[in-house]
Amino acid sequence: MSRSLKKGPFIDFKLERKVLAMNDTNKKSVVKTWARASVISPDFVGHTIAVHNGNKFIPVYVTENMVGHRLGEFAPTRTFRGHAGNKKR
Amino acid sequence: MARIAGVDIPNNKRGEIALTYIYGIGRSRAQRILAEAGVDKDQKVQEWNDDQFAAIRQVIGDNFKVEGELRSEIQLNIKRLMDIGCYRGVRHRIGLPVRGQSTKNNARTRKGKRKTVANKKMATK
Repeated sequence: MSRSLKKGPFIDFKLERKVLAMNDTNKKSVVKTWARASVISPDFVGHTIAVHNGNKFIPVYVTENMVGHRLGEFAPTRTFRGHAGNKKR
Repeated sequence: MARIAGVDIPNNKRGEIALTYIYGIGRSRAQRILAEAGVDKDQKVQEWNDDQFAAIRQVIGDNFKVEGELRSEIQLNIKRLMDIGCYRGVRHRIGLPVRGQSTKNNARTRKGKRKTVANKKMATK
């Protein structure tokens, strides 16, 4: 079931506060976050956000197209190196 | 045989069924189109007159994306996902299920024909 429209999108409060503060002062710096479930709001466009993938922070440069997706979608949590004995790659 | 929405040629079937031969139109859309065009849905396509054809074409043209236009829209949506590098886009790129299905077994629609690995049993012993 999809989220109730009444609530609006889930945007991590602390992260949003930090990004808005950066927008006000026209600064750009990488923000580390664990809030993978947070929806990317239009304010985030142009910022780089370091999203935790359980091991380290993956820098995600937010573009226009990414609005409405969640941060976690851009920081994969699993690494697949191919099957054993697969000589390709 | 009649032509509606470009290439499609539904035949001597009831209008409701014949319209589903068009990509992007299923049973429920077909019923809505016929109702809006004022055509009985049990009438066969060969019994339609030119006015009814025109009305149906009009309704489809105004309300729905069908055939090539619809296909290209879907491809663009997939391309968008691939370009922004999100999880769903990555799954499209490597040809695995996109919506969280298990891939331990099955998932053959996405993965294609089985690729047997020689001596796999030996390796896992």
